[in-house]
Amino acid sequence: MKASLHAILYLLAAPLIGGLLAGWDRRISARMQSRPGPPVLQPFYDVLKLLRKENVVVRRSQNFYILFFLLFVMFTGALFFAGADLLLVVFALTAAAIFLVLGAYKASSPYSSVGAQRELIQMMAYEPMVLLTAIGMYMVTKSFQVQDIAAHPTLLVLALPGVFLGFLYALEIKFRKSPFDLSSSHHAHQELVRGITTEFSGRALAMIEIAHWYETVFLLGWVYLFFASIPVLALAACLLVFLLVILTDNVFARLKWQMALRSAWVVAIVLGFGNVLVLSLLPPP
Amino acid sequence: MVPFIPDFTMNLVLALILFPLLAGLLLLVVQSDFARRVVVGLAVAVVAVLSVWLAATAANLDLSRLPADAHRIGQVLFGVELLLSAFLLWVGIRSRNAWVLLLIVSQAGLMIWFELRGAAHVEVNRHLAVDQLSVIMALINGLVGGAICLYALGYMREYHETAHRETRDRRPLFFALLFVFMSAMFGLIFANNLVWLFLCWEITTICSFLLIGYTQTDEAKRNALRALVMNLAGGLAFAGAIVFLQAKAGTIEMDRLIASGQAVALVPAALLCFAGITKSAQLPFSSWLLGAMVAPTPVSALLHSSTMVKAGVYLALRMAPVVAGTVIGMSVALVGGVTFVIASLAAITVRDAKRVLAWSTVANLGLVILCAGIGTAEAVWAGVLLIIFHAVAKCLLFLSVGVIEHKIHSRDIEDMSGLVVTMPRLAIMMQIGIAGMFLAPFGMLMSKWAVLKAVVDASPVLSVFIVFGSAATLFFWVKWMGKLLEVIQPGEPVRQELLPGQAVALYSLATATALACVLFPLISSTCIEPYTLAVFGKTASLGTGNNLIMVSMMALVVLFPVAFIRYGRGVRVADAYLGGANADDSAHFRTTADSIATVAMGNYYLNNLFDESSLSRWGVAAATTVLAAMLLLLFL
Repeated sequence: MKASLHAILYLLAAPLIGGLLAGWDRRISARMQSRPGPPVLQPFYDVLKLLRKENVVVRRSQNFYILFFLLFVMFTGALFFAGADLLLVVFALTAAAIFLVLGAYKASSPYSSVGAQRELIQMMAYEPMVLLTAIGMYMVTKSFQVQDIAAHPTLLVLALPGVFLGFLYALEIKFRKSPFDLSSSHHAHQELVRGITTEFSGRALAMIEIAHWYETVFLLGWVYLFFASIPVLALAACLLVFLLVILTDNVFARLKWQMALRSAWVVAIVLGFGNVLVLSLLPPP
Repeated sequence: MVPFIPDFTMNLVLALILFPLLAGLLLLVVQSDFARRVVVGLAVAVVAVLSVWLAATAANLDLSRLPADAHRIGQVLFGVELLLSAFLLWVGIRSRNAWVLLLIVSQAGLMIWFELRGAAHVEVNRHLAVDQLSVIMALINGLVGGAICLYALGYMREYHETAHRETRDRRPLFFALLFVFMSAMFGLIFANNLVWLFLCWEITTICSFLLIGYTQTDEAKRNALRALVMNLAGGLAFAGAIVFLQAKAGTIEMDRLIASGQAVALVPAALLCFAGITKSAQLPFSSWLLGAMVAPTPVSALLHSSTMVKAGVYLALRMAPVVAGTVIGMSVALVGGVTFVIASLAAITVRDAKRVLAWSTVANLGLVILCAGIGTAEAVWAGVLLIIFHAVAKCLLFLSVGVIEHKIHSRDIEDMSGLVVTMPRLAIMMQIGIAGMFLAPFGMLMSKWAVLKAVVDASPVLSVFIVFGSAATLFFWVKWMGKLLEVIQPGEPVRQELLPGQAVALYSLATATALACVLFPLISSTCIEPYTLAVFGKTASLGTGNNLIMVSMMALVVLFPVAFIRYGRGVRVADAYLGGANADDSAHFRTTADSIATVAMGNYYLNNLFDESSLSRWGVAAATTVLAAMLLLLFL
């Protein structure tokens, strides 16, 4: 009962929180670049405007994939906040991302096709670390259930410092922010145009944006788990991680995909697997 | 005196073994295509009914047995074995292959010596045995194998009449081999007497050798011989296991082997695992399965999904309780883990559709071998799930690729662009098959999830193979799916996509792939859990909450095609963005030289990061080291 309440709360509140965070992101980024930046509510204005636009497509079925991308992202977050199995959450997230990639493939344009494949490379880059994070949490808490992990009495990050850092790295990729804005970027100035979202407009683009808000809240929720035994600290950690992502977005240039993939796998092996190895040799009490 | 009076189940089992054998012998002499269609159709129907019947009666079954006086059958089987050895000897001499000769001589020598000296002292209680695991394997073999035989009817007609006129038409032999193969596989599944099991094992080796070499081109002959050599190496280990077991424990029965404890059973179990590793094409032996794709598609489907490689993982899973927690088990698990990662990465680098499928088979079997090596109840439960879902989805994919190859005269994935318009039915079958291989909430992913949990519980360090391997899996499957969906310039739909037999096979396999996820809890609770419960005294299951999540996810996926009701409504179609230089449509653009060029889009194969040959070199080196260490350890 409580679980479904949490899920419903997430479904209702996440777009609001996520949209606000996106607004702050734009404001803070602007300040870093000595601009005043748009109003905090600008992301909502953008999405409302997109929703009223005409639906222009290249292939008639392309937007269906985007609808299901959004639905699966919502499903993923709802599972997470309902306290379900963390591995299932990861798999649902993967399924969601695949719908986005297939939509871009379906659009059959060179830019979206390149974006789709780069998105796949990014997924391939972050997935090992994300799974290792779930495994690390399991080794400490003896459960894959988010509700059990959240209720664990110790501060997980103490036993999982490597996993936490590795997870932050994966997070950077998942947010598609510089230096990992390989598949799509908010700044339309590069060789891949808008990459994976090139051929999406109007309602479909609005859905991608809303899905991104849902994703942000869900991923920050996962950061929360590392500090869940001290809620105030956990919220502060989420905020800091959010600021860190904005900072890196503004100070780094884009990496090549080869570098992104290699570095992500090295990080996953050294920090993620290293941490798991230590835990299996010196089991936590 | 009638040797077989026991119970009804045992008659069913014998019928399952003997009926395909008889059908195969009959097909050897059937020349007309119509008669062949009748025989194959009837045989497939009978086998399907028998295997379902067995599953229905054997749901709550204890081991049932043949009476002990099956001695005379044993003599007949020994005669068959000698004939087969003579045949292989002839193959070795004719092809001047020293390896074949060496292996067959030592193997036959071992078995003859065993028969002359040891066999007389051995008392065998149960020659055949049925439990839930064999029922599952029988269903896969009977139903999936049957679907392949039906499909082969139309495929082979096209193959000889249009696609490959140059190949000599030896269809009677081809279909005979398919059914003998099926019969041997049934024998292998139900045998408890290891000598009988060994005979069936050798028959599957020989059938695959003959089927891979079917076209008799130089490449086919070469690859067939390679398959033979590698499988004979496994066969030698198998023979060694029998001799050792008989000398040490005075038995040649599988259930006694498993029950006799690690002190006695570890060496034979390790040898049998080695045999399983060769047969299921794990590194360093993967090359035989990759070479096997020179054969006509039904052969690939058969080798990859219902028979042959499944025999290897089946045997390894049977040995799981013995090797669990030992260094041997760890080595087996390592071989599986290395194979999973290397094969998944290799699948990224290739564009030949059949080769991608072959690498993916190797990878997934690696996961099963990993489960067998870990050997806990949870791991074995997950391994059996993998076998089931892999058989169905992989068969669907192979059969679809076979039809596509005949239509577009290419197996290159890049040539499958726009397939969703030109061959919508096949494209949808492929989408279902691929989704079934890796996407939540389809069976393979759920099994992978189970594997991951089992591995984390048993030895978390091994999970590193799974997390990296499955990331790679994701990449090569999705880019293929995308290629099928992408439409640069809509082509004309192909007329008559599927022949009737092909349609029956493909539609039923696609339905099975989708249904398997819904029936997942049922399959688990009626077949797999009782098995693990019987063997390990405990079992794993999915849990109600997770079932609910899976079903709701499935419901979401099923809604996706419903969205197409609104196909084309409320949208305006525009050209794709081509840097603002479109010439007329989405497929052409104006170049800087003001000529008009056609859009081309290719997939990434990451060849500048890693390539197939260096990957397999590394994989072979790593797996060989592990296996050598294991064998060394065994003999010290």
